[in-house]
Amino acid sequence: MPEVLRAPLVVEFPFTRSLGPVQSAFLTGLRERVVLGVRTGDGRTLVPPVEYDPVTAEEIRDLVEVAPTGTVTTWAWNHEPRRGQPLDTPFAWALVRLDGADTALLHALDAPGPAAVRTGMRVRIRWAAERTGAITDIACFEPYEGGAGQPTGHTGAFDEPLSGIVAPARLDYTYSPGRAQSAYIHALSEQRTVGERCPSCRKVYVPPRGACPTCGVATAEQVEVGPRGTVTTFCIVNIKAKNLDIEVPYVYAHIALDGADLALHARIGGVPYDQVRMGLRVEPVWTEGARYPDHYRPAGEPDADYDTYKELL
Amino acid sequence: MNREIAVVAFAQTDHRRSTEESSEVEMVMPVLHEVLAQTGLRAADIGFTCSGSSDYLAGRAFSFTLALDGVGAWPPISESHVEMDGAWALYEAWTKLLTGDADTALVYSYGKCSPGSVRDVLTRQLDPYYVAPLWPDSIALAALQAQALIDAGHTDEPALAAVGARSRADAEANPHAQVKGGSIPQGDYVVRPLRTGDCPPVGDGAAAVILAAGERARELCERPAWIRGIDHRIEAHGLGVRDLTDSPSARLAADKAGAFERPVDTAELHAPFTAQEVILRRALGLGDDVRVNPSGGALAANPVMAAGLIRIGEAAARIHRGASDRALAHATSGPCLQQNLVAVLEGDPR
Repeated sequence: MPEVLRAPLVVEFPFTRSLGPVQSAFLTGLRERVVLGVRTGDGRTLVPPVEYDPVTAEEIRDLVEVAPTGTVTTWAWNHEPRRGQPLDTPFAWALVRLDGADTALLHALDAPGPAAVRTGMRVRIRWAAERTGAITDIACFEPYEGGAGQPTGHTGAFDEPLSGIVAPARLDYTYSPGRAQSAYIHALSEQRTVGERCPSCRKVYVPPRGACPTCGVATAEQVEVGPRGTVTTFCIVNIKAKNLDIEVPYVYAHIALDGADLALHARIGGVPYDQVRMGLRVEPVWTEGARYPDHYRPAGEPDADYDTYKELL
Repeated sequence: MNREIAVVAFAQTDHRRSTEESSEVEMVMPVLHEVLAQTGLRAADIGFTCSGSSDYLAGRAFSFTLALDGVGAWPPISESHVEMDGAWALYEAWTKLLTGDADTALVYSYGKCSPGSVRDVLTRQLDPYYVAPLWPDSIALAALQAQALIDAGHTDEPALAAVGARSRADAEANPHAQVKGGSIPQGDYVVRPLRTGDCPPVGDGAAAVILAAGERARELCERPAWIRGIDHRIEAHGLGVRDLTDSPSARLAADKAGAFERPVDTAELHAPFTAQEVILRRALGLGDDVRVNPSGGALAANPVMAAGLIRIGEAAARIHRGASDRALAHATSGPCLQQNLVAVLEGDPR
């Protein structure tokens, strides 16, 4: 069994989300240190507020300000904060029902330890120093001895209300390609292209993924293919990709390596873009120390007959 | 069209902390071959194929399309995928068979939790405006629910530990379980009040079942596990809107599935956290005479996206081998039991 290959894989997106009128008022309010709820048809006040009644699905728009103080309805002590969480020192997660609200808001509660936290304890909002109109404008809750704080009497109408938020998200993975693809990558690093043959239909897949997609059985028999192959079809790329140091126009092609029953794709170089054609015979170009071919170039052979590759289009 | 539909075969992998030596299709394919072999069917004989998985576990878009290579989808097959636990793929297949468009269905699902951090991955299913930016991980949310249950007087930490110990003791008899042994220490707090033993193991795995309608089911299986009813219900996404100590959606799904018409002898509950078993037992009215999670449940193996389908498969397998006559199978999705599916399975009288 060859060594298992691993590579870091980071998936990171800045999700841009538009806001409905209730969400906009709530998040804009946080920016202004005002907490708004929304009243349902049966007179309950939801904080955080939503656009539609979770019970009746009725559209709800009746904004009502609640206090920045409240009561813990449940909690959980988090002794090892994780990336992105509101505090980087141990804290309690808490659902807090703000004074004037009928539902609870999830956030962090800054407390010295679990012995200082209990359901029913009184807390108040600690505002973030810099606020942009996001749930993180509430830095956290903190213990508070006292009665209900006073709402400011806000109507819910703001100058410059938010219309959207940008929520960054990042997840870190360690990618492993599995048995068949690992074997393929190991062989490529020795400048050999090795596919796998289906025991049932006898097709050779390059790159192999461990299964014949036609027969649904495992491929195992390794077959070295190429190095030369035939262009089966191609396109001309006219738009430069970000972070890619290749001059346009260039040709990207499907190439059926000799002995393979599936075309792989690669860039064609060493020939003007407008002279690439179906049937062109090509060979890989390796650069020093590379683990895969940089591109393919004309092999200097006569073109292949259409009949020899038409099944691979 | 009123057709009887049954689970006629079930297979699963040995669930492990990591399957990094295998790609997804390499992990799934042996299970597909095994479940087909149980019935003697070939992939080409299957009328409908439906799978469940999540790209967020793999960290790659359309990862399920590569897993489909393990089915053998040529000539083109009738196929669908849900970005959910495989229990919901089974629900879709069940409806497809009800229409009469197909007589047999292959349902499979898989999850590789090992490439990423599943606690963090699952935060991405939360409300993206008010909750996800705080990155509350799956154990933190389950801990809030557990504390609410303790505050309500429905359980305490020793009772939760007993649920974990019983599950892992039962898993001794399950060759596929990842964590087994009743004497494993309960461990330290992960997020208080939940300790290591209150939480599911993180692992990779896959499962598959075959459904068949009417006489076809009897041809393929000596004692089919007939789906007498199946239903799924969801609650509001706002955690602070819900009563976290109860599961009205599980109860309603069970009611619609006919679970309360007659007692069940077995229940396979998809409760990844100990406190969730306590909630589900109360919500579903399961007494001490019902055998709960003889497989060890999700506390013994929790390949995310497959663990719910495995509950249906385990319940069906007990009916197949005559260890149960009427079983309830449950699957959950979302934070704190937000969405719940219940199926009622029965064997023919003996």
